[in-house]
Amino acid sequence: MAIKTYLQALNDAMRQEMERDENVFIIGEDVGKFGGCFGVTQGLFDQFGERRVRDTPITESAIVGAAAGAAAAGLRPVAELMFVDFIGVAFDQLFNQAAKMHYMFGGKAKVPMVLRMPQGAGVGAAAQHSQSLEAWFMHIPGIKVCIPSTPADAKGLLISAIRDDNPVVFLEHKILYGVEGEVGDEATPIELGKGEIKCEGTDVTIVATSLMVHSALQAAETLAAQGISAEVVDPRCLVPLDKDIILNSVKKTHALVVAHEAVKTAGAGAEIAAMVAEEALDYLDAPIVRVGAPYCPVPFSPPLEKAYIPGADQIVAAVKSLR
Amino acid sequence: MKHPDKKVLLEMFSTMTKIRLFESELQKFFAAGKIPGFVHLYLGEEAVATGACAALKQTDMITSTHRGHGHCLAKGGDLKLMMAEIYGRSTGYCKGKGGSMHIADFNIGILGANGIVGGGGPLAVGAAFSCQYKDTRGVCACFFGDGASNQGTTQESLNMASAWKLPVIFINENNGYGISCPQSKSMAITDIADRAAGYDMPGVVIDGNDVLAVYEAVTMAVERARKGQGPSLIECKTYRWRGHFEGDACVYRSEKELEEWKAKDPIPRFAKKLVETGTATQTELDGITASVAAEIEAAVKFAEDSPFPKPEDLLEDVYA
Ligand SMILES: Cc1ncc(C[n+]2csc(CCOP(=O)(O)OP(=O)(O)O)c2C)c(N)n1
Repeated sequence: MAIKTYLQALNDAMRQEMERDENVFIIGEDVGKFGGCFGVTQGLFDQFGERRVRDTPITESAIVGAAAGAAAAGLRPVAELMFVDFIGVAFDQLFNQAAKMHYMFGGKAKVPMVLRMPQGAGVGAAAQHSQSLEAWFMHIPGIKVCIPSTPADAKGLLISAIRDDNPVVFLEHKILYGVEGEVGDEATPIELGKGEIKCEGTDVTIVATSLMVHSALQAAETLAAQGISAEVVDPRCLVPLDKDIILNSVKKTHALVVAHEAVKTAGAGAEIAAMVAEEALDYLDAPIVRVGAPYCPVPFSPPLEKAYIPGADQIVAAVKSLR
Repeated sequence: MKHPDKKVLLEMFSTMTKIRLFESELQKFFAAGKIPGFVHLYLGEEAVATGACAALKQTDMITSTHRGHGHCLAKGGDLKLMMAEIYGRSTGYCKGKGGSMHIADFNIGILGANGIVGGGGPLAVGAAFSCQYKDTRGVCACFFGDGASNQGTTQESLNMASAWKLPVIFINENNGYGISCPQSKSMAITDIADRAAGYDMPGVVIDGNDVLAVYEAVTMAVERARKGQGPSLIECKTYRWRGHFEGDACVYRSEKELEEWKAKDPIPRFAKKLVETGTATQTELDGITASVAAEIEAAVKFAEDSPFPKPEDLLEDVYA
């Protein structure tokens, strides 16, 4: 084990998979010598060359579509969009092409591609470069959605995503790129659809994703000091969703708070809350509370952006509102 | 075409100088950590925005890009409001909600800088359609990069504008790179203007470091557009001096290439021409530079003295 950043963990996963499987290649804008918009593909061009680390023109549709086509033809592309916000330009290729091929063609086609996209606010990048859009992808059957919160999860999930035979949307948080943690040297996959309890507790379940996992852990510490024991559950993938880990936790704690950075309205948290309400209502001692960003675009100015991003305080307040 | 008079020429000199000094200041403030987010500087490309906007009326419109400060200033954007916005202050153009990449001033036809590469094309088509529809004889200039020219949105915009004979002036700022990707790797052609042929519109290549060449080409395209003859594509060959954004180490291009382009600096080149043709004296030009510098200093002070927005302002303006 070594201490690595989330960014290095992702880089490791790609490098090891490329070494293992000649069919894996990288495609995206400035992923070559430049090393990717946030540096995630750094060094891969030097090691694998232009054939396997492909700089493209600025054409998101062509990046996503070409990845889907290459995947359908037997390769295993890892495509990068610089920011999740640019998926709009390429959406048809993702949701009508990549996501549909397997089903539409009666199971004949396979589209083993990964689409890596950084998301999230916190770097003053304003409304068109800061969104959290996981809910859009969850709504489309045919793609899987990973949203790792730690370096180890990032590595293990990316390995699985690359090996998976479906299109996988892989959502990285740009604030997490520099976060460090223990990462195994081996290429050990983490099963897609297996969540993890990041901190055990007995009084309330906090389901959190991505950056909010860290806020939830902070909240859990604050709550512990006040005698409230919170369990933090990170589903790690939104599709497939590890319902069991969430339901089992709720059955133990009898209370649920769901936290994500995306706007609360029609966010992933709504789906999780509804799922728990459908399947474990009788276990709940209090209404479910969701924590998410307010219903507005991400603002630029630092004090406004700070006010936008939900944090540990809101999670603490949400938990307290249950009593 | 009527030759620009002295007033217009000095205005152009002043605008280029304004962009140069404004951005040189920004470069320093960004390095000092005073400006959050991304800053994409236009240094070296001043002649394009300046020549193009000088050929437009205030009521004409422009769409801009992530590298938009120059377009905004050339179209008449207010220095103080721009600086305050880039500083994230509540007194800025967008009350601190937009920042460098999202400055707009609809009162003077600036339909907004844009964080999405290729995002401006369709907007320009729509704006030009509104001119045709209302028969205002207005036009919309669409600034876009060589990189953006590969986006589907750009191709779709060229096509639709031509099919409908819309008054759009497509102004391609070809600085040779889309971030680290040189033009040679992103397209097989040398001149983006060649693409005009596929849409049956005039396409010309000009020296983008020559403000008068830009002014003339855009003036001709504007005349055509106002007569209802449709769009044009003008490719301006230029170069950006800084990295793609501040902080870019520029590993993808050589120092030599940069030096070659710096030798073609559009500002002293234009100044020399003004002096040589007897249009202005060096003293006059120095006076303009000094007054622009003073304006910028005042803008910086305005920005730095302005308050940040309050967290309570977060939900304001989400809906009209
Ligand atoms: C849809 C979209 N894709 C990618 C980006 C990231 N990006 C920002 S600027 C840029 C390069 C643009 O190059 P070009 O159009 O030539 O303009 P220049 O920066 O050279 O002025 C890229 C790839 C983006 N903002 N939007």
